[in-house]
Amino acid sequence: MSSHAATIDHHHDSTTSTGIPNKKLLWWAFLASDCMFFGTLISTHLVYRLNPPPGNAIPTQVFNIELTSFSTFILLMSSLLMALAVNAIQRGNVRSTRTMLLGTMFFGCIFLGGQVYEFGHFVHMKHMTLSNSLFGSTFYTLTGTHGTHVAIGVLLLGMMYVRTFKPAAGGGLSMNFLHMLAVAVAAGVAFIVFVPGMIEIIYGAGIGEFLSSHAVPLSVGAAACIAMAWFARQSSTVEFGEKNAIDVEAVGLYWHFVDIVWIIIFTAVYLLEYL
Amino acid sequence: MAEALAKSEFTGTGHAPAKSFELFARPTAKTGLVGWLTTVDHKKIGMLYGGFAILFFLIGGLEALLIRTQLIVPNNRFISAQLYNELFTMHGTTMIFLAVMPLNAAFFNLLVPIQVGARDVAFPRLNAFSLWVWVAGATLLNVGWISHLVPSWNFGGAPDVGWFGYSPLTSKVFTPDLSTDFWVLGIQMLGLSSIVASLNFIVTIINMRAPGLTMMRLPVFTWMALVTSFLLILALPAIAIALVEVMFDRNFGTNFFEVSGGGQPILWQHLFWVFGHPEVYILILPPMGYVSEILPTFSRKPLFGYPIVIFSGVAIGFIGFGVWSHHMFTTGLGTVATAAFAIATMAIAVPTGVKIFNWIGTLWGGHIVTRVPMMFALGFIWMFMLGGFSGIMHAAAPADAQQQDSYFVIAHFHYVLIGGATFALLAAIHFWFPKFFGRMVPEFWGKVSFWLIFVGFNCTFFPMHFLGLNGMPRRTWIYDSNMGWNEGNLFATIGAYLLGLGIFTYFAVLVYSFFKGQKCGNDPWDARTLEWSIPSPPPEHNFAAIPQVHARDAWWYEKTHQEEIAKEKAANIKAEEAHGGIHIPDQSWYPIIAGMGLLFGTYNLAQLKHPVVMFGNQVLGSHAPLAIAGLSIVVLACYLWSLEGPGGYHIHLDADGNAKESGGYHH
Ligand code: HEM
Ligand SMILES: [Cu+2]
Repeated sequence: MSSHAATIDHHHDSTTSTGIPNKKLLWWAFLASDCMFFGTLISTHLVYRLNPPPGNAIPTQVFNIELTSFSTFILLMSSLLMALAVNAIQRGNVRSTRTMLLGTMFFGCIFLGGQVYEFGHFVHMKHMTLSNSLFGSTFYTLTGTHGTHVAIGVLLLGMMYVRTFKPAAGGGLSMNFLHMLAVAVAAGVAFIVFVPGMIEIIYGAGIGEFLSSHAVPLSVGAAACIAMAWFARQSSTVEFGEKNAIDVEAVGLYWHFVDIVWIIIFTAVYLLEYL
Repeated sequence: MAEALAKSEFTGTGHAPAKSFELFARPTAKTGLVGWLTTVDHKKIGMLYGGFAILFFLIGGLEALLIRTQLIVPNNRFISAQLYNELFTMHGTTMIFLAVMPLNAAFFNLLVPIQVGARDVAFPRLNAFSLWVWVAGATLLNVGWISHLVPSWNFGGAPDVGWFGYSPLTSKVFTPDLSTDFWVLGIQMLGLSSIVASLNFIVTIINMRAPGLTMMRLPVFTWMALVTSFLLILALPAIAIALVEVMFDRNFGTNFFEVSGGGQPILWQHLFWVFGHPEVYILILPPMGYVSEILPTFSRKPLFGYPIVIFSGVAIGFIGFGVWSHHMFTTGLGTVATAAFAIATMAIAVPTGVKIFNWIGTLWGGHIVTRVPMMFALGFIWMFMLGGFSGIMHAAAPADAQQQDSYFVIAHFHYVLIGGATFALLAAIHFWFPKFFGRMVPEFWGKVSFWLIFVGFNCTFFPMHFLGLNGMPRRTWIYDSNMGWNEGNLFATIGAYLLGLGIFTYFAVLVYSFFKGQKCGNDPWDARTLEWSIPSPPPEHNFAAIPQVHARDAWWYEKTHQEEIAKEKAANIKAEEAHGGIHIPDQSWYPIIAGMGLLFGTYNLAQLKHPVVMFGNQVLGSHAPLAIAGLSIVVLACYLWSLEGPGGYHIHLDADGNAKESGGYHH
């Protein structure tokens, strides 16, 4: 409605019984439910950890704890950027909101890339697959579910980011779609190819070899990045603004939650093995 | 106050922007096929849930009659052992997930928004999505029946692993055919539907209450809907993950429950019952809500001890998460665990008993009117109590060692599920029928159906207590004539036919009443809650004026303070009109498209590794491309859904209360 007062109260919604916006309450309830999903997966993991069958994979021989610690750190930092994005939109600063959203997504992609690398490494080097040991089964389903959550989070952030460009004059469906496509492709290439490749390089693989063997996806990713830059060069007024703070905050809630869950997983699945 | 009210619009969707992205024009048809398929109106969604649920209730009943017919005499060969397995599996699955749960969902939809004084649920399109996902799940569960009619659709028949699908029976080694895969994904879809719907109702109940409607003034039914919704979102994840693990075992070679690979079938039992026990309270709490509305109405006095009824409902919800292992007493949990779960199980009977005393207290000294809903509600108290007694009997672990997996357990849960949940649902259908169809159900035929059901039910299930204690195991396809079970089974089967006749009469009378029943006004029962303050059937916008709630029995208060209420209403209507009229959200195609995409995707996911064969020719090496196509439809639909926005239009009421629509700000 047009009659919004000049200042927006971000913590109270006068149209609901409790003052909590409906969307936020929905997210909170969903997160409660999601806790139980992770709770069940973690329980399964711990039950079989205590009852390993003969020939089970030995976690400390499989893990690369330095890398995982690093990506854990990155994920935590992404939460900081997420908080800054919420703060920016609450001040009505759309530009800064965009930057912070992109930053959060990028950090999310680094984390995911670490996981892609890790999974590939475990399967090919350590020969631990989803099905050849119970540890593998519980490990991949648990961390895979978490990774899916992060990927969905990146997608939601991407949608939010694209939405900030929606023109106030209306329309623009096809633009929105192409923009979203560019964001999705860029993020996908980043975490499936680019980040794992960078990690390989850090561990000593050759740059030239990486570039030549992944030429197609890398150039598609680069093209997507250029497209994103082109879509972002826009000048007309946008509809997105301070009133959308609740939308950004809702995604933020999810993002922080996924982070916290990772801390639990990191402790229960990785650190526990080194005690 | 009126000012704040009008601003809120009570649609909960906030204010959509002036223009939004639309791929194709939004549907506007209010009637006809398109109207129903694209509806976001909680009343229509409730009707659809109810209609489907009654259909499945009748199918499940038919399955039960086939089971009973097989057991009527010893050494019977009426149906094959394989078909028998499919029948008891599908009977249980159908009655729980496709009859009682969706009937409760129907009443959540029909009643909750009105009882909280709102115009719809918090997220109307999400609500439609829940319905269509439920339809997808129901279809997947039943698709296997086709194999019996068209052998080339080789699914191996309907699921046959029992309603709790115990591992290792679900292993590929023991059920190599597709029926189990459909069972896994079917249940998964139903769970998804319930979680999404519950999230919606949690927000609706907590956040969309009319002014003055504090939590401790909420009708008991709405309270129970809230507790149930919390149970659903917290209990379903356990089985969802367990189902994923079975799916992985069957399709991707994992060993979660495969003994040969180090898996432990008992883990499935734990995960299943962590869900399964809260589930039985998910089934019974809403029925406790119905009778808590019906008993006061026909006793002509308020519910006795309202806060205690609410509190014990919440307590049941909490304790319900700590008793699951009473389903596993005979698995050898160890003495301490067994004792702990036995005590917790006995403890949960306490809040249940408290409620029974509250209902009796409500009747006490009341001016009791024995109309049909009241008969069913009274039957509920009595029969549910009997089920509770046998429950406490097998809460004692040593006694349960004797009862486990016998007909005694069958007797127990049918007393709580038919004598309890179903009696209350039949009471509720009869009670709210006039509200949603504007016609009364004839009293005489209603009573006939009640007595047939009551007598038939007891003849069927009472003997099962003795059959069970005499050692008859459940899930028995055939028995010898020298076991001493002949009379009990014969009696039970005749009772089942009587029960079937009663159910048939009940619904036949409803069909008759739908066309020919006597017309009725707002409030035929002289009832107490808000839904009776609006016309029968309710208009699209529910309330001409958002009600102001002054007391626990809000409508009762309105009836006794007419002048005050009339003034308030006039002010509220004016204020709302000044702000553009009554806001109603637009219909949408995306919920059903997403739901059907999910159906297509999961139907193919279930047969992932099988080649796609059409007319005898192999078209694709596996179902993977089709599964991905289905899931892509879902993603695309969700994307367009989010761009489309809630939309909406306005309704304006003239002096006589007639509605006129306007685009208002169309978006
Ligand atoms: C006084 C409250 C109750 C107690 C103490 C109780 C106790 C029990 C126990 C110990 C069992 C396991 C028996 C066995 O398998 O050996 C059981 C089974 C069962 N109960 Fe209850 N119960 C209660 C109320 C309910 C209610 C309200 C419902 C549903 C509306 C219900 C539905 C069931 C079902 C469906 C089963 C059998 C599940 C199966 O094995 O397929 N019970 N109950
Ligand atoms: Cu139980």
